[in-house]
Amino acid sequence: MPATPMSKAEREQGHARVFDLSQHSLRELNQALHQLTPGSNETAWEVLNPKGSHSVAVGVDQPVSIDVRGSVGYYCAGMNDGATITVHGSAGPGVGENMMSGSIVIKGDASQYAGATGRGGLLVIEGNASSRCGISMKGIDIVVHGNIGHMSAFMAQSGNLVVLGDAGDALGDSIYEARLFVRGKVESLGADCIAKEMRPEHIELLQGLLDKAGVTGVKASEFKRYGSARKLYNFNIDNADAY
Amino acid sequence: MCGIVGLFLKDKALEPKLGAMLSEMLVSLSDRGPDSAGIAIYGAATGNEAKITVQSPKPDRDFRGLDAELAKAIGAPVSVAVKSTHAVIRTTPDKVDAAREALQTLRPDIRIMGAGEAVEIYKEVGLPEAVVERFGVRAMTGTHGIGHTRMATESAVTTMGAHPFSTGADQCLVHNGSLSNHNNVRRELIRDGMTFETENDTEVAAAYLSNRMAHGKNLGEALEGTLSDLDGFFTFVVGTKNGFGVVRDPIACKPAVMAETDQYVAFGSEYRALTKLPGIDNARVWEPEPATVYFWEH
Repeated sequence: MPATPMSKAEREQGHARVFDLSQHSLRELNQALHQLTPGSNETAWEVLNPKGSHSVAVGVDQPVSIDVRGSVGYYCAGMNDGATITVHGSAGPGVGENMMSGSIVIKGDASQYAGATGRGGLLVIEGNASSRCGISMKGIDIVVHGNIGHMSAFMAQSGNLVVLGDAGDALGDSIYEARLFVRGKVESLGADCIAKEMRPEHIELLQGLLDKAGVTGVKASEFKRYGSARKLYNFNIDNADAY
Repeated sequence: MCGIVGLFLKDKALEPKLGAMLSEMLVSLSDRGPDSAGIAIYGAATGNEAKITVQSPKPDRDFRGLDAELAKAIGAPVSVAVKSTHAVIRTTPDKVDAAREALQTLRPDIRIMGAGEAVEIYKEVGLPEAVVERFGVRAMTGTHGIGHTRMATESAVTTMGAHPFSTGADQCLVHNGSLSNHNNVRRELIRDGMTFETENDTEVAAAYLSNRMAHGKNLGEALEGTLSDLDGFFTFVVGTKNGFGVVRDPIACKPAVMAETDQYVAFGSEYRALTKLPGIDNARVWEPEPATVYFWEH
């Protein structure tokens, strides 16, 4: 049975296990996180002074909460399976790459390919995301409060990408089955990506995602839905120009 | 990979620390490229002095007595300040071309790293820490500078293959990426009178900018030209006598982060290069957009 996460009040009273990366190595942190076993009482972690380090809290597979105080470099929280990881700063390329489950919240901006190949869980970016956000996503839900860059959701296979701001060039290029919801303007759509009707089930799904991501004051009906025209599933010589 | 950094100071009070700040930024990116490293530092141009940074594989032999011999050959005062394998030759601005020519016969093994009124360039094979230590970069003062740590993907790991590449007075460029049409562009530039020291793709980019500026374009226009004329992946950071520019290709898969405060504009391949800069926690930090030219001037 998973341990009950500590309340915020308990954490603030100093119950969190604090890892200061100016005192300890990244390897020590990740090793300690990997050694967690089901039912461990160490459910709250705090990481200080990340200073743009790579691979902070990758491969965590227990339902613990980790607060990273500052900005991180490449691949933060990659492969996350069940943890709740919050970065109180910005994240470099590849944040949450191949997440399986759990949630990741970036309080600042995220760099390129946030949530790439993610299979499950929720990635929330409270600032902007850069290019290739959700590239090859395979079941992950991504909610971006700000804008996303070019080639986002390239080859996306399943899951939901929600963008409250604008999307850059070639959104959803060569998309398979993921659902893309964008509230702002889309610079251009990529090959085989089209605007689609917002049916009641999409409104319901999107509202659920907005609620989960803590978005308030925004209605699901303000978004447009985009997805695959399914013309490139099988090779057809008439579509050769689109590949 | 490769790691690039740049720092353009707005606050004069930071000028004595430029070398130390830029060195720190570059060393933090060492694991992006362990092959060679280089740095270009711009001191204030006085208008009555030109500097030529040269390198020799045998500094003991080549730099001894060079000041007197060169002064005699060009008929102007010359000073030579030796730093390890490099030396900075100072003379009057009108004698730079004469000095270049005289060096070819006086010291045929010497290679010219760069020349101008403000720039000094130091580059060698090895890690950034070793390179900045060897040339005492931390103690240098200046107004702006750029640096590079290389993971070679094009051409040999040699001193001349290290960045920055300088192909015009006070101009230099560092690059993260690889160009796919550099041979064609090189041929076109050679037809237009440009000369090349290496097989390196980055030297082509530097020469492209110099060539376009020689044809009357300003740096901003020359940088715009790279977006249509150079094919491949690139993030370029360039320095001029009083300016600092950044451009990324339209795909923009090579990483780049910028920060600006009232005191400076800084560039790093990664955010960790910027973490020790003063006031970084309150700086405006952003990723430069693809196919967009950014430029600052004093």
